[in-house]
Amino acid sequence: MPISDKYLSEVEVRAEKAKDKKAAFGPDIDLSRYTQHIERGKIESLEGLSQQAKEAAIMTGINLKEEQRSGSYMQVDQSVVYENLNKAYEGQLEIMSTTDALRKYDWMEDYYWKAVPVDQDKYTAQAALHMTHGYFIRVFPHQKPQYPVQSCLLVAENYISQNVHNIIIVEEGAELQVITGCTLSKSDAEGIHLGISEFYVKKGGKLFFTMIHNWAENFNVRPRTWIVVEEDGSFINNYVLLKPVKSIQAFPVAYLKGANASAKFNTVVYGLKDSYIDLGSRIILEGENTRGESVARTIAADESVIYSRGDLIAKTKGYCLAHLDCRGIVFSNKANIYAIPQLISAGALKAELSHEASIGPIAEEQVEYLMSRGISKEDAVSVITSGFLNLDIPYIPEFLDRNIKEVIQATAKEAL
Amino acid sequence: MQEMLNVEDLWVSVGDRQVLKGVHFSMNYGEINMLFGPNGAGKTSFIMTLMGFPRYRVEQGKIYFKGEDVTDKDLYERAHLGLGVSFQRPPTVKGVTLRKMIEIMSNDGAEKGKLISHIEKLHLSGHLDRGLNEGFSGGEMKRSELLQLMVQRPELVLIDEPESGVDIENIALVGEAINSLLGKDKVKDPKRSAIIITHTGYILDFVNADEGYIVVDGNLVCRGNPRDILSEIKKHGYRRCAECR
Ligand SMILES: Nc1ncnc2c1ncn2[C@@H]1O[C@H](COP(=O)(O)OP(=O)(O)O)[C@@H](O)[C@H]1O
Ligand SMILES: [Mg+2]
Repeated sequence: MPISDKYLSEVEVRAEKAKDKKAAFGPDIDLSRYTQHIERGKIESLEGLSQQAKEAAIMTGINLKEEQRSGSYMQVDQSVVYENLNKAYEGQLEIMSTTDALRKYDWMEDYYWKAVPVDQDKYTAQAALHMTHGYFIRVFPHQKPQYPVQSCLLVAENYISQNVHNIIIVEEGAELQVITGCTLSKSDAEGIHLGISEFYVKKGGKLFFTMIHNWAENFNVRPRTWIVVEEDGSFINNYVLLKPVKSIQAFPVAYLKGANASAKFNTVVYGLKDSYIDLGSRIILEGENTRGESVARTIAADESVIYSRGDLIAKTKGYCLAHLDCRGIVFSNKANIYAIPQLISAGALKAELSHEASIGPIAEEQVEYLMSRGISKEDAVSVITSGFLNLDIPYIPEFLDRNIKEVIQATAKEAL
Repeated sequence: MQEMLNVEDLWVSVGDRQVLKGVHFSMNYGEINMLFGPNGAGKTSFIMTLMGFPRYRVEQGKIYFKGEDVTDKDLYERAHLGLGVSFQRPPTVKGVTLRKMIEIMSNDGAEKGKLISHIEKLHLSGHLDRGLNEGFSGGEMKRSELLQLMVQRPELVLIDEPESGVDIENIALVGEAINSLLGKDKVKDPKRSAIIITHTGYILDFVNADEGYIVVDGNLVCRGNPRDILSEIKKHGYRRCAECR
């Protein structure tokens, strides 16, 4: 049974009211510029993508042969071109577009626009009023598919507004890994990606989520993400941005609702060219004995601007523990980093919140140490910088590691 | 035959402090030289200057290594000419693991078997995936330094206080590692050379040293048999060295 029309129209009414509401952070974007709509047909396998699309997808960690993946979801511009659940995992999880899920399940009312406020700003409003799919992944109770689900949201044309709404449900006692790549196949594409993500981790569930963003100079990105974690559940988020972007602004929220719930954010950001990057993470500790950790590593090169935000908000009556670790390196005298950690205790008497934030160069002493072992200065800087970024993420192929090294070698010179 | 290392009238400062004051020093290929001396005398400064750390500013004098003037060469160039150092207190490099470091340093896999045996002998198997020196104990640092040098294989090894922070049981381990590094455990290996700084002299029980020097106030004084020097220091401290200049 589909979701009720009544609920959908309530969502619409709220969205309409927020249509012109500016976001709290980031430059305001004129959405009327992005009205192009392109329908694309299905493909038989990921190998059926265009050469450009394939290359772009691979660079975000997508495995075209779907090896070591439990399933795949692929969207090009506004169309769902591929969805597949690996046979071996049938009965463990389901993958479809969110549009299909809304047609299929009336209980989607409990998830759709239930975590992210639809009237938060003009971007959430646009995503609600002009939704162009997005993935729905649900792993059934106590199921633990061995390999991750991969999803790729790709923009191939100019003036597209890709308005995806992603919903992940990890049922009780289940575990899921997801790798998402968001990318462009045309490096000069102008447009916007609006990604609404609502993830629900039920009692004792685990969600391990990795997102790689590969954008370009003319592209804007406004993700809006909430993760609700129930009792004993845990959420781990890895986010990687290593390519230029015109502007990106996101402040995902992990809402630790149940007792013993935990969340960890790992954020790796490399600012290139004149990218405007405003990224953070917010952890709300409401359940007793909840735990949060937020680690951000940022490098600002060229003329980039990076805001690295982190909020820890304690609301629990019981104990909770959360730490924020936010470090940055500025590689160019035209680049800027703003590290903005914030700790808030709302009457949480037993909450222990802490943070360390720092901005500073690579230690000369470390570079010299490596040089004395016969490693060139460039290699030493590259190795230490890679180590600083700490891209130790499972299921991320080696070439990403190589790619980042090349980027570092090209940009670190200025800092030497 | 020319000398392996020749230091002429070396004046060095760190910050605004004069740490070496006109050092003359030379050694032959295959020699092992010991440096003794009180804290703050300039021992570490001497070998760090030989290695080429830019913080140690050479104000006057020359350093010749294997006949080549290396005074103006950087760390990387000197490492490739055959100099290597085991730090007294190496810096911590978070995010770069010992395993990674060894991988980068070893350019071919030919010696892999040997490497594994070195790792095991030095009890470092459990440290390979930790950041360099991150939370390492004093002894672990020294062992990790020696392991890295075994991969680097410098012709002249500069070892700064290999026994400091190492507990008694592990001293033998460190001593054997140094011998193996210097090829003294095998008859056939070409003899490598070393300058070893020692505070306690324990290391003399393991390494067959040729010459000893005492460093006092930025100068090398009292050249002699290292064992004689050690027993002299044990009896009278460094008091008489000042007169010896
Ligand atoms: N980075 C530094 N800044 C200022 N003074 C230093 C620095 N490093 C060493 N020194 C000083 O230089 C002198 C020689 O130090 P060092 O060579 O380390 O002595 P040793 O190894 O014989 O104990 C000491 O007085 C020490 O305090
Ligand atoms: Mg010293």
